[in-house]
Amino acid sequence: MLALDHVRVPLAHFELDITFETLSRATGIFGPSGAGKTTILEVIAGIRHPVSGHVVIDGAAVDDVPARRRSIGYVPQGESLFPHMTVEKNIRFGVRDHEAEPFLQRVIDVLEIAPLLPRGVGALSGGESKRVALARALVRSPRLLLLDEPLSGLDRPLHGRVIDFLIRVRDELRVPMVYVTHDSAELGRVVFETIFIDRGSVVAFESE
Amino acid sequence: MTSIVLFTLRSALISTVIVVPIGLAIAWTLARLDWRGKSLVETVVALPLVMPPVATGLILLKLLGRRGIIGSFLEGMGIDVVFTWRAVVAAMVVMSMPLFVRSARAALEEVNVRFENVARTLGASEPRVFFAITLPLAMRGVVGGTLLALARAIGEFGATIVVAGNIPGRTTTLSLAIFGAIEMGRDSEAYRLMVVAVIIAFAALWIHEAIVRRGTLR
Repeated sequence: MLALDHVRVPLAHFELDITFETLSRATGIFGPSGAGKTTILEVIAGIRHPVSGHVVIDGAAVDDVPARRRSIGYVPQGESLFPHMTVEKNIRFGVRDHEAEPFLQRVIDVLEIAPLLPRGVGALSGGESKRVALARALVRSPRLLLLDEPLSGLDRPLHGRVIDFLIRVRDELRVPMVYVTHDSAELGRVVFETIFIDRGSVVAFESE
Repeated sequence: MTSIVLFTLRSALISTVIVVPIGLAIAWTLARLDWRGKSLVETVVALPLVMPPVATGLILLKLLGRRGIIGSFLEGMGIDVVFTWRAVVAAMVVMSMPLFVRSARAALEEVNVRFENVARTLGASEPRVFFAITLPLAMRGVVGGTLLALARAIGEFGATIVVAGNIPGRTTTLSLAIFGAIEMGRDSEAYRLMVVAVIIAFAALWIHEAIVRRGTLR
């Protein structure tokens, strides 16, 4: 489903050199801060280009496919909602045709964000922002969802609630996901496989 | 006096209409791309800010004159530039461009590339990323830069007098008219023109400050 074959990216203090393959519907990438986890997601999403290596999704190399054509949902770490748009405009940003409408409504239902649609982004709480960002990434029916530290910046009591939503996305919408975190406690409930990385290299692999 | 004010405003508006798209392209290139020769372009664009305006006017005269690189080409198309309203606009463009590029570049650099990257993963083409994300988020600085460029164009003098002269009814702008009135000893006329110039400059800067103070531009 997803494979990285000797993907090399020079970083400030070391060179990322990653090789792994996963067939799981939910894969975790775990490692300390600064290990290169975000870079891996950016390479998969197509917004950062490696100096060499290949990214293979569903059996096809996507190295020459621009980010906008990769059909990948990306929820980066930190605030990513477009601040000059309402929640609804954010969610509809990537939707260009009416065929997507039923799935869009399903995503809105699953993530329980219908009451938030008319609001401005600035009026959302941290948990609401995460759900809206998740919805926006999902409404295009991506073949892969990339989540970069989706619980960062949220209070502990909110973690369980957001994880519940991620599990619903995994099981009800059945969108494969790659979940990056430096907190091992988050991963257990969501992913089936975990890739451990440190200083830009895979150091261990764990499967349920 | 009315015709001088209208001519100045019209020329400054034409100049600003030229400055904004070209300046935005330059500002975006400087803010978002790393390429060989970037420092050179940065320096050339900023040069009119620090060079004596009269020297800038002289360079324009050489370029736009009938024997100049650009002037000879335009003359072949039947377009005269030097000592016409076009020269007034050209001087305004060159002198106001650095102010606009500086404001626009700073505003574009403040836009978090994360928003642009997310837009790309949502299927947005590069023009859509720019017009739907980058530009609206940088709008405050871009509008501020536009007003500064307009104000600078209205007040332009040094380069204009060299490349366009001070031909009554053809190339006389507000600044040139004030200079001409002082030179001829027509002090009351100079003061009247000066008051108009102050009002226009004050209005432009006041609107600019109001926009800069506002949190967002809707």
